Amino acid sequence: MAPVRVDLSDDQEFFRETARRFVEAEIPVSVVREWHEHPDGCPQGWWQSAAELGWTSLLVPESLGGGSISGCPIVDLTIVADEMGRGLVPGPFMPTNVVADTLGRSGTPQQQALLEGVMAGEVVLAWAFCEPGGDWTAGHVVAEASSSNGGYVLTGTKTAVEAGAQAHHLLVSAQAPDGLAQFLVPSDAPGMTITPQESLDLGRRFAEVRLDGVAVGPEALVGSPGAAAEADVERQILAMLVLQCADNAGAAARVLEFTVEYAFDRYSFGRPLASYQALKHRFANMKLWSEASQAAVDGAADALAAGQDEVRMASVAKSYVGDHSVELMQDCVQIHGGIGVTYEHDLHLYLRRATVNRGLFGTPGDHRVMLSKINGY
Amino acid sequence: MNDFVYTETDPAELAEYRDEVETWMSENMPRRDPVNPWHPTHDDDEKSSRNRELQRRLSDGGYAAVCYPREYGGQSLTIAHQRIIDDVSMDFDMPILFSVPTLSICGPVILEFGTEEQKQRYIPAWIRGDELWVQFMSEPSGGSDMAGALTRADRDGDTFVINGSKIWSTFAQRSDYALMLARTNWDVPKHRGLTMFIVPIHHPGIDIHPIQMADRTEEFCQEYFNDVMIPAENVVGEVDDGWTVASRLLFHERAAVGNASPYTQGRHRNRSADGLGDLAAIARDHGGADVGRQRQRLGQMETLSRVEDLLSARVVKGIESGHFPAPAGSLVRLYHGISRAERLTVAFELQRDRALVWNQGESSGSFGVEYVQRQQACIGGGTTEMARNIISERLLGMPREPAADRDLPFNQVPRSG
Repeated sequence: MAPVRVDLSDDQEFFRETARRFVEAEIPVSVVREWHEHPDGCPQGWWQSAAELGWTSLLVPESLGGGSISGCPIVDLTIVADEMGRGLVPGPFMPTNVVADTLGRSGTPQQQALLEGVMAGEVVLAWAFCEPGGDWTAGHVVAEASSSNGGYVLTGTKTAVEAGAQAHHLLVSAQAPDGLAQFLVPSDAPGMTITPQESLDLGRRFAEVRLDGVAVGPEALVGSPGAAAEADVERQILAMLVLQCADNAGAAARVLEFTVEYAFDRYSFGRPLASYQALKHRFANMKLWSEASQAAVDGAADALAAGQDEVRMASVAKSYVGDHSVELMQDCVQIHGGIGVTYEHDLHLYLRRATVNRGLFGTPGDHRVMLSKINGY
Repeated sequence: MNDFVYTETDPAELAEYRDEVETWMSENMPRRDPVNPWHPTHDDDEKSSRNRELQRRLSDGGYAAVCYPREYGGQSLTIAHQRIIDDVSMDFDMPILFSVPTLSICGPVILEFGTEEQKQRYIPAWIRGDELWVQFMSEPSGGSDMAGALTRADRDGDTFVINGSKIWSTFAQRSDYALMLARTNWDVPKHRGLTMFIVPIHHPGIDIHPIQMADRTEEFCQEYFNDVMIPAENVVGEVDDGWTVASRLLFHERAAVGNASPYTQGRHRNRSADGLGDLAAIARDHGGADVGRQRQRLGQMETLSRVEDLLSARVVKGIESGHFPAPAGSLVRLYHGISRAERLTVAFELQRDRALVWNQGESSGSFGVEYVQRQQACIGGGTTEMARNIISERLLGMPREPAADRDLPFNQVPRSG
């Protein structure tokens, strides 16, 4: 009765099961912990075997060699995100998929040629979007793309760029003379300095990207500046929101699972914790939050797949899942007692990752403000 | 008998059915009052007669309680058909009074435990809108501990003599029959001495007193029984085995409240539809200078209500597909209680002083009144505490609460007062 979607097809269920077995066999938490010391978060070879399972090809159009399982790629991808959250799985999963999606939609044939490498797990993509003090909306972008010699010169600073130091190419969002624009820039472009950052999440990797007059030709442009680029950016934000919420819902479900087990095994005053009504009622609340989170993720993924009310439903998901997944984990820490606040216990690993997801691309509070604006206030 | 049977249905057939229902409804059912869709302003008599008339119309068209078997006046259709009727009916005035408890709680209990005579006698009468039923379950001595019933039914030949009191029956004064749980054996543990009866409400020896709630509405009643004579043929199930029947009744109640029952008809307002109107407009008119704070509140309202719809759909689908056991309906019940209480609080806060003191004729005062009544959402239809017990025990498998009265003959069980 794990909280996965209740309407998975047989193919989706097989895909999910394969992902879970892969995670359990290849990267149990002991390996996850080892890879905390790995500069790239995970070995390249492992990422290639993850890619072989389809983890990087679902959002790539069929015409370019990709393809989904159900016809709703983002829904299929939430299945992976959910399993990755459960298993604390590192790797450049979110940015690579989200940027690949945009290249598949708006990229030039030359840019799309990269997707073969992406699907093989050989090419990692990152999205240089957020800026220091930024609020994760397209409007906050102040990095500049000024025209020069028929091309552009990029200037600015990007922060919290996931997989920035691992990426072979970065999608850079910047303000061009004719509106918001996105550029695909190779990581070794002169003038671009990529510096790994510290993160609360010990598994995933983030970097600061400084653009000190990075000259790019017109062929670096992804789609066209202005409305088209804004639409791409919005879709990237929505996809990130859906994936990070799926990640948190999967993680929260897993944390609840082992905390329930703990409540059965742990005795105090001669009886298991699970027999105390004060705790049973808290577990009931947490079960509710977990199931409702899953429902919110599915609702947001379905809305994005259908292109219906997707902005609202992504904010609904972030507003609900962002808060409840993390609160659930904090309550599970409390129920574990002292062991729950140690480095040795896995709880903090989940809490670290979920807290980072909660904040990136807007806090739950930010998204409640968005919802209010959507509703006319 | 733990779950409903859900039959696969052909999507093309369902699409056709939807067209059919839409056409029929628009030609035969009155549109819902757009200004006040969930609280049409009828008095109780009008409400009762209007519901009966609307139920009759649905029945004449063949769209009343379609999951009941044909032989008892239903259409032997699937839950998918009923949901189509429910969707379409959102724009129309529906006989909501018949949905819960008559058709969705009392109904399936009679279907499962009733004699053939009882089924023939009562089921068609509900579907046609002739008879409205209520539940006589809770007692003044305890709401959640239903098996601790003190109302007694003493056998005298072919008759049972009822004495005691029941409470929280919805709209009993305008209803016709009740399902009543009473104690027939005091020498055995509490679950083994109960019997379920069909009781005609307007009957010598029964006094019905409407209860005025804190908002001065009179939706609920208390009944007093003084030597009420009920024939033995009105027993549902076996004598002293009423708890088996009552457990199923509770199951059907949870299913009905959790939107998982094939026998509900139309949608009750107690989903996310909060009847609170345009809150953004309220924030603009009354919200004051702290726009950021009001936006947080409005966004929270939107979140809670959207997630309620998504959770409800997930649980319904999950119970149908076997992903969830039936008690998962308690998730929806718990969510609804918590979220409605929170939403009423937020709406109240949005109105600021206007919910405390208002000019005559202004509706803002209703937010204050709803706020005072807030916990009703966490009490009626089974408290949120009971829902938490069910979720932890039946979904998470945690140990049941110890009960001091479980194996004790009931006449030895300590009780209050």
